[in-house]
Amino acid sequence: MNTAPALSLRNIYKSFGGIVAVEDLSLDVKRGEIVALVGDNGAGKSTVVKIITGMYQPSSGEIRLAGEPVHFIDASQSQSKGVQVVYQDLALAESQPVYMNLFLGREKTKGWFGKLDRTGMIAETEELMRELNVRIPSPKSTIRKLSGGQRQAVAIARATHWATNLVLMDEPTAALGVTETSKAEDIISGLKARDLAILIVSHSLDQVFRLSDQICVLRRGKQIGVRQTKQTDKNEIVSMITGLHASSR
Amino acid sequence: MNFKKLLTRPEFGAFVAAVGIFVFFAAVAGEGFLSISGTINYLEVAAQVGILAVSVSLLMIAGEFDLSVGSMIGASGMIIALAVTQFDWPLWLAIIVAFLFSLVVGYVNGWLVIKTRLPSFIITLASMFLLRGLTIGFTLLITNVTRASGLGTYTEGDFLAPLFLGRPLGLPISIWWWIGLSLILGWMLFRTPFGNWVFAAGGDALAARNVGVPVARVKISLFMLTAASATLLAIIQVLDTGSADVLRGEQKELEAIASAVIGGCLLSGGYGSVYGAAIGALILGMVQEGIVFTRISTDWFRAVLGGMLLAAVLLNNYLRHRALRSR
Repeated sequence: MNTAPALSLRNIYKSFGGIVAVEDLSLDVKRGEIVALVGDNGAGKSTVVKIITGMYQPSSGEIRLAGEPVHFIDASQSQSKGVQVVYQDLALAESQPVYMNLFLGREKTKGWFGKLDRTGMIAETEELMRELNVRIPSPKSTIRKLSGGQRQAVAIARATHWATNLVLMDEPTAALGVTETSKAEDIISGLKARDLAILIVSHSLDQVFRLSDQICVLRRGKQIGVRQTKQTDKNEIVSMITGLHASSR
Repeated sequence: MNFKKLLTRPEFGAFVAAVGIFVFFAAVAGEGFLSISGTINYLEVAAQVGILAVSVSLLMIAGEFDLSVGSMIGASGMIIALAVTQFDWPLWLAIIVAFLFSLVVGYVNGWLVIKTRLPSFIITLASMFLLRGLTIGFTLLITNVTRASGLGTYTEGDFLAPLFLGRPLGLPISIWWWIGLSLILGWMLFRTPFGNWVFAAGGDALAARNVGVPVARVKISLFMLTAASATLLAIIQVLDTGSADVLRGEQKELEAIASAVIGGCLLSGGYGSVYGAAIGALILGMVQEGIVFTRISTDWFRAVLGGMLLAAVLLNNYLRHRALRSR
């Protein structure tokens, strides 16, 4: 059993031209752990996510997945190493059914001619939805007919299904209502039991405190600090995010 | 398959329309339209549009247009005619070269669309003019006329020609190609991962790319497919008539798009059917030939086609909304 953290960032530095987006970030995310990345707008959270997926390359620093140094040049390479992303904007094909979205790009086939194995995909989708306690009318429903919460649940289920190391979540509930958010959060905390590492970017501190084990705070690209969620409170995190002392607010 | 599900099929509207139009001409045009030779006539017209329409529909489902297929027909036809009559190439070599040329043109179309992120409408509008202009220019430069004829004698003994010539089992070869392509491409669209990627590429390219669908590769290969199907049609026409003309294939791109739309394809991509496009082509063929049998002047064909296109789009829209709402 590999005891190295699922994701390990060491001294990550990224600049665009003269502008420094991320400065000296070091962070570990272990399996079965949810780490939250928080910070104000422009703090560099999304850049970090894009660096991990391979959409951006760090200017310097090291990324390790399960102990192994990686250098991704595009998002498909990180996917093949078991990294999956859940986006805020529900990256699903609207006119396709749930099961097709779950398998999009990795369809199950049978026979010599690569015929789609619909029955197999539907059965697997049903099983996954049951495991994750996701309620949708049917694996055959088209995405367009699902609510925002159901759609995000499908996106999370898809990421979970294909991730072997790490699931990145970039504001996964930003587009959802209150009840839908709480359902999505239930699903997300349920993922810990699947032994995946989860890095979540969120604006909602309430959510961060409900879900995470550790909180990493960024401010203008700088890593301000990492705290165990149980050993900190909102005041401390807010003052780290804003750079103002809680007492002076 | 229950009735509601049938209603939501993209080709349902086209199917209803095809039956209606058949009944209409059977009643009005009567025996001429219903006779075997009449049937073969409209099937052949339908096949010529259909060969294009089935691949154009795939490209449209993937969210792109190809306006250059009409010009591609003229260009491929002239390449073959000139190679054979002016440069004494064997026919099979000319055919292969024409196919390779179309694949290159399709690749360039697709590559430009992907790289520039400009609408394919604009890119292929440009290649439509470019191809047609180059065809006219080079042909006049080489032969001083805009037509090449007398190809009939070159087909004899050529090993590739039988694939594109004649009437196996009494039906013109174009009809066999139309049916074959419809079945193969339809199977590909609905039964294989590639087909799934086509839907995803047209439905939400970004989402598809994010989960690892090779969107660029899918689109470029479909541009190559439409160009190659234009060449296929050009070869069938050249061998059938024994001649090529620089203007051949004009407006075929629009007829193909019309067939695809009548067959249920959305202009926005992500939705549609190869079988629908094949039925759309059948409708075009029936109307074009049916008019002849009614003794109405064929001058009215385009007016009828325009009206039908509008009616088909409205019907498809209505059916789709109704079917989705009734769930």
